Amino acid sequence: MALLTCENASFAYEGKAAAKNINFSVESGDYLCIVGENGAGKSTLMKGLLRLKSPTSGSIYLGEGLQTNEIGYLPQQTEVQKDFPASVYEVVLSGCLNRLKGRPFYGRAEKELAAEKLEQLGITALKHRAYRELSGGQQQRVLLARALCATQKILLLDEPAAGLDPLVTNELYELIAKVNRELGLTIIMVSHDINSVMQYASKVLHLDTEQLFFGTVEEYRTSSIGARFLGGPFHGGN
Amino acid sequence: MVVIDLFNEMMTYPFMVRAFIAGTLVALCASLLGVSMVLKRYSMIGDGLSHVGFGALAIATSLHLAPLAVSLPVVVAAAFLLLRIKESSKIKGDAAIAIISTGSLAVGVMVISMTTGMNTDTCNYLFGSILGVNQSEVALTVGLSIAVLLLFVLFYNRIFSVTFDETFAKATGTKADLYNMLIAILTAFTIVLGMRTMGALLISSLIIFPALSSMRIFKQFKAVVISSAIISIVCFVSGLTMSYVYATPTGASVAILNIAVFLIFSAIGWISGKGLVK
Repeated sequence: MALLTCENASFAYEGKAAAKNINFSVESGDYLCIVGENGAGKSTLMKGLLRLKSPTSGSIYLGEGLQTNEIGYLPQQTEVQKDFPASVYEVVLSGCLNRLKGRPFYGRAEKELAAEKLEQLGITALKHRAYRELSGGQQQRVLLARALCATQKILLLDEPAAGLDPLVTNELYELIAKVNRELGLTIIMVSHDINSVMQYASKVLHLDTEQLFFGTVEEYRTSSIGARFLGGPFHGGN
Repeated sequence: MVVIDLFNEMMTYPFMVRAFIAGTLVALCASLLGVSMVLKRYSMIGDGLSHVGFGALAIATSLHLAPLAVSLPVVVAAAFLLLRIKESSKIKGDAAIAIISTGSLAVGVMVISMTTGMNTDTCNYLFGSILGVNQSEVALTVGLSIAVLLLFVLFYNRIFSVTFDETFAKATGTKADLYNMLIAILTAFTIVLGMRTMGALLISSLIIFPALSSMRIFKQFKAVVISSAIISIVCFVSGLTMSYVYATPTGASVAILNIAVFLIFSAIGWISGKGLVK
């Protein structure tokens, strides 16, 4: 059984379809990229996968013993975080919250895990810095470390490169690929930046409210929709 | 020592002891919750709740009911309502809060003028009084304040997570809505308890100022929380003393001291931000 399966799932906002009849499955170790234009239902689907929004029809199954609270998530940054007083360590440690079960405070295991993730992402030196004073790329690393504290299996990312400059974007993509390769985490990433992502992803799901394509990256390159979408990176799909 | 003599003198009056104990505890609760309220952009909810508290207090007094027993459930209900409005809004959050605040104030004033008439009591409700806490309320205030403090400490890590990033917290299995509700209910308690000394119009300064002042200087959540608690208690005790010595309204005295601290902290924050002091 796959790690995560989406079967005929549809999502709607106030009766208006945002994503329709989505069918795909993700195996352990996959790197799936969900692509499409703005408003194609990518973020809606992401919310569905995170159980923040329930499907109007169809269903989403988790397999291989994956629990709903074992999903790591790298959300888009919010307005609140821009002036939020928190140290890097406080933010990363908060990723361990789903391990506390009923306990009120973090123990040694959680603190060690947070320290390990800081080390893996090369941000141990930033541990005591204020989150709001970091650069965009550093902030994304901190949020990635937090997400890694929350999961050992699957990581969902929503436009992680939004607002980053090209150099930092590449570094971040390299880092995500490393997490996929070396830690064996399954990755599901929403992005409209298909060209840079193609070199890392193993599978592609292309949405335009309806599902236009699901398959491997190789299949996508040779498909008509893929060829069209990849052909004109600066002009969009149509 | 003049200060100690003054303190001892103040403590010979039972009403001062009551105001001191109840007020300090409420100031502490307000400052802790305030950090989360301000960061979640809920400051105006706190302000709205205090106006609802005034309305409830006016109605309770005119019906000769126990003021706290009536205002507590009403303000908690209003907290539920305001959070709901913020989540799913046809009327936008800030407008909804304004409607509820001014509406409650109007109802309160109307009820008072039709029953007891506008008098010093009304003034005390609005702006606070050093004599505000009566004997029967002290025990309740102490009990509830301790409950608020305990819950805040026990749920500290969850409150941080929900305040910093609600979506992430929800996605990783934290019941964010539950903790939002917890924060709002604890705030409702704190507002009702603090209203008698601070006044309905000024109680939200206890919630908002210490957190904002601390955020000018401190960059860690825990440091902001601790600093807010200290600022709030220092300002309250000094304000109460000022009110006793100069016969000034308690609420206004405390609020003005909080404004002073905010200005000082802003200046320090600005100077250290410019790199003039390290």
